[in-house]
Amino acid sequence: MHELSLCRGIADIVERARDGRRVTVVDVEVGHLRQVVPQTLEYCWGLVCQGTPLEGARLRIDHIPVRLLCRDCGAHTDVAQALVLVCEGCGGARCDVVRGEEFMVTSMDVEGEGSHG
Amino acid sequence: MGRFHRHDGDHHHGHAHDHDHDHDHPHDHAHDVGDHSGYGTGTERIEVLERIFSENDHAAAHNREALTAAGVVCINMMSAPGAGKTALLQRTLAHLRDAGRRAGVVEGDIETSLDADRLAGLGAQVALLNTANGFGGECHLDAPMVARALTGLDLDALDVVFIENVGNLVCPAEFDTGAHHRVMVCSVTEGEDKPLKYPVMFRSVDVVIVNKVDLLAHLDLDIDELERNVRAVNPDARIVRTSARTGEGVDEWHALVDGWAPPA
Repeated sequence: MHELSLCRGIADIVERARDGRRVTVVDVEVGHLRQVVPQTLEYCWGLVCQGTPLEGARLRIDHIPVRLLCRDCGAHTDVAQALVLVCEGCGGARCDVVRGEEFMVTSMDVEGEGSHG
Repeated sequence: MGRFHRHDGDHHHGHAHDHDHDHDHPHDHAHDVGDHSGYGTGTERIEVLERIFSENDHAAAHNREALTAAGVVCINMMSAPGAGKTALLQRTLAHLRDAGRRAGVVEGDIETSLDADRLAGLGAQVALLNTANGFGGECHLDAPMVARALTGLDLDALDVVFIENVGNLVCPAEFDTGAHHRVMVCSVTEGEDKPLKYPVMFRSVDVVIVNKVDLLAHLDLDIDELERNVRAVNPDARIVRTSARTGEGVDEWHALVDGWAPPA
């Protein structure tokens, strides 16, 4: 629902990191627990970049599934689709999320020379 | 973690190389991942590794420091629209006024002052934060918005500040506002399965208030199943049953608020 403001955040990060160069691809990791709709994120990215130096940069979204670690039995559980956050080993709910909460700009592809060479 | 490590679903790509090559081989994974379009035409991949929430989290930490320095306990109240946050706050503000604790409210209403109007006259300072941003209303309060609203409160003259978040079970869970405690209000009219449908919200809070229990006689809802579902996603949450309408159970909630001492 807040994909637009998230895209503004991504654009701020990219704008700082690009150092004057043209950006072709922005790699973003999005954990499943972030509840971000990838298509909406891409759509909002286009809106946010329109008429800016980032126009034309492609958002490449790496969707990270949820992985739990059970505090009771130590088993790992990979959560496929529905967000039922329960240990496969013992059925317990006392689990810590070890993957699936990522939300970061990991890298980007740039062309041209930066101002610092 | 390699410099260009990506979660492409194959975390063992290094091993295949180890089998095939005895000689020195630069394992530059940058060339093993992603698409190759653009390589050789002056395209360079640069590492960024910056969390998209880092600005919000930084602002939230700043809010928390400012609140703590002023000796103010801050409580972020979240819920679906219509769960009873404002009705409960009316009771809680009256309780705090009678107990001699000075309260403030950051009121996150999308377009109107309706909720702020309901809280007027209860002795609390109210800072209204309309979240309309030109694209329509925001779906949550973020830390910079709360920072702006806090400038409208005299923190040194307050003991407790409530943030009444925008009614929404998705987005507010994602944004740290700088509050010390996170509370959600879930009403019995929402059904037993809300915690399973919105686990991120239910996992993000310290307290779940199950409100509107005065309506239970008129509903098919199994409140024990609702609470089992809360525990299934958040075993550590404190659950309090209330009716903001009749006042049932609100003393237990108020005891919790009273127990939240000003941060050291």
